[in-house]
Amino acid sequence: MPFTLVLIAVAAAIFAFGRWLDNSYAFVVGYIVVQYMVLGTAWNILGGYTGYVNFGVTAFFAIGAYSTVALHKLVPTLPLPVMIVVSGVLAGLVGLRTGYLTLRLRGVFFSIATLALAVVVQTLITNWDFVGGARGAYVLRPRMAPLIGGEYMQYLFLLMLGLGVIVLATARAIERSALGYGFAAIRDDEAAAEASGVPTLKLKLIATTLSGGFMGMAGAPLPFQVTYLDPASGFSLNYAVNAIAMPLIGGTGSWLGPVVGAVLVGGLQEYLRVTISSAVNVLVAGVLMVAFVIAAPQGIVGLFQRKR
Amino acid sequence: MAVSLDLLMNAVISGLLLGGFYAAVSIGVAIAFGMLDIVNIAHPAFILLGSYIAFIGNTVFGIDPILAAVIMLPAFYLLGMAAYQVYYVAFERRDDQSLRGLSFFFGVLFISEVALVLIFGVDYRTVQAPYIGPSLDLGLFALPLRLLVPFLVSMVMAVGLQLFLSRTFVGRAVQAVAQDQQALRLMAANPTRIKRIAFGLSIATASLAGACLIIYQPVEPSIGREYIGRVFAICVLGGLGSLPGMVIAAMTLGIAESLTSTFFGPSWAPAVAFGILLVTLAVRPSGILGR
Repeated sequence: MPFTLVLIAVAAAIFAFGRWLDNSYAFVVGYIVVQYMVLGTAWNILGGYTGYVNFGVTAFFAIGAYSTVALHKLVPTLPLPVMIVVSGVLAGLVGLRTGYLTLRLRGVFFSIATLALAVVVQTLITNWDFVGGARGAYVLRPRMAPLIGGEYMQYLFLLMLGLGVIVLATARAIERSALGYGFAAIRDDEAAAEASGVPTLKLKLIATTLSGGFMGMAGAPLPFQVTYLDPASGFSLNYAVNAIAMPLIGGTGSWLGPVVGAVLVGGLQEYLRVTISSAVNVLVAGVLMVAFVIAAPQGIVGLFQRKR
Repeated sequence: MAVSLDLLMNAVISGLLLGGFYAAVSIGVAIAFGMLDIVNIAHPAFILLGSYIAFIGNTVFGIDPILAAVIMLPAFYLLGMAAYQVYYVAFERRDDQSLRGLSFFFGVLFISEVALVLIFGVDYRTVQAPYIGPSLDLGLFALPLRLLVPFLVSMVMAVGLQLFLSRTFVGRAVQAVAQDQQALRLMAANPTRIKRIAFGLSIATASLAGACLIIYQPVEPSIGREYIGRVFAICVLGGLGSLPGMVIAAMTLGIAESLTSTFFGPSWAPAVAFGILLVTLAVRPSGILGR
């Protein structure tokens, strides 16, 4: 409980700092970094804690984004937090179903299946005319933010911060609970865990559902941020690479890893995007990921832990 | 009735030819993943590299794309051996979880795609060859040569590799590595050296597959992603470790995709491969002819 309060305090401080800066681009950068932090932490629940690599990040993320588009068209007055929750539930259900189909097999097959899932979901949405299909969908951003006033971008940032608090608190709670120990047992040696009585399938399904659900929630505000969403950008591989690279670079063993990874890599990417070019910033995540995977498998957090 | 039968037959025939082409693309992964247990999801990146080299050979030097690919075979073989060496030193020797290896290849796939975008741009690239336009008209149906040539190249590769694996000493050693590495070590053979040769072969096939790809369709850096799922769907459906199984699975997928394209629309075609993959994993993970 105290940890959650500390997180809320930090989030409030960051938001107040942003308001004081009064620079709308700062809110965009902040939104992107926190979004990647949520994505990375969500991925890490399944990838770092349980050891199952999910390449289908784009599927869950886009389910969240397109749920918002669909809901917005059906019920234009629905408040965004409700849409976030619905997106999370939908994405979580998809995670559960995918997990049920594939988690009885080796980890490698699960990873390949998640790749397959991403393409299936993209094809389905591209063929779904209601959300615009390949033409894309426009979502008009309201001019004023509800509740807090000011630009709408600030409201999006506040929501994302809130989501970040929830996800981090959940991740840390998992780490210190029986659930987390179960995950770690699966990651280290699944056969031994199963033999010791750990209900591996059930735990893996929980991990997949939580992970997918949070990724969907991270994607829900996206249409309001970009205002035009089409399958090519919604399913962009950048989201997948970043969601995987940031925990790997920051460290997959703890909740702090994805945070460190998101701040460092996300910040670096935005800096490169405005100084050099848009294509190079995308290369950074890939190169750093490969370098860290080869040289420092425990990530940045791991480097510091070893020094002690 | 006659019209739709004609359409059906054409769809099946082009599906078969397409399947042959898919077999060329999947041979490398059938070796790497099926026999060496290396999840090389970056294989489409090597194929794209082959495509772009064939493109350069065709536009700058004016040589036939397949000839360009054959010329580059030794280079790709060496590249494969180097890639395996990196993979071995960084991952296999440490006996690490496959998480790191997978992420490594994923990173390689991504980096190569972005690098190709930076070097060649996102325009579609094609090659010029005498067999790209015309079709072989066989009365009832037509065989587009641009499908037939990759099909033939693919069959030659598949048969050649199968003969290599079953008749030559090194080939049988590769099969032995797939079955039992420890036993191979006890027989005074070095599994690492064998794996290096096999992975080199796997990447060498990517060179020819790349030429086939750019003959079949215009190429741009991001189409590699469509092929990851197809390739793994084919290998899993065919059964890991079986080259004939892979060819059968490739034909099956080709026909399924062709029928879907013809009767439901081409935008549904990518989902077919992945649907098949998910169903196979859920129902019969060992595939058609798997061990």
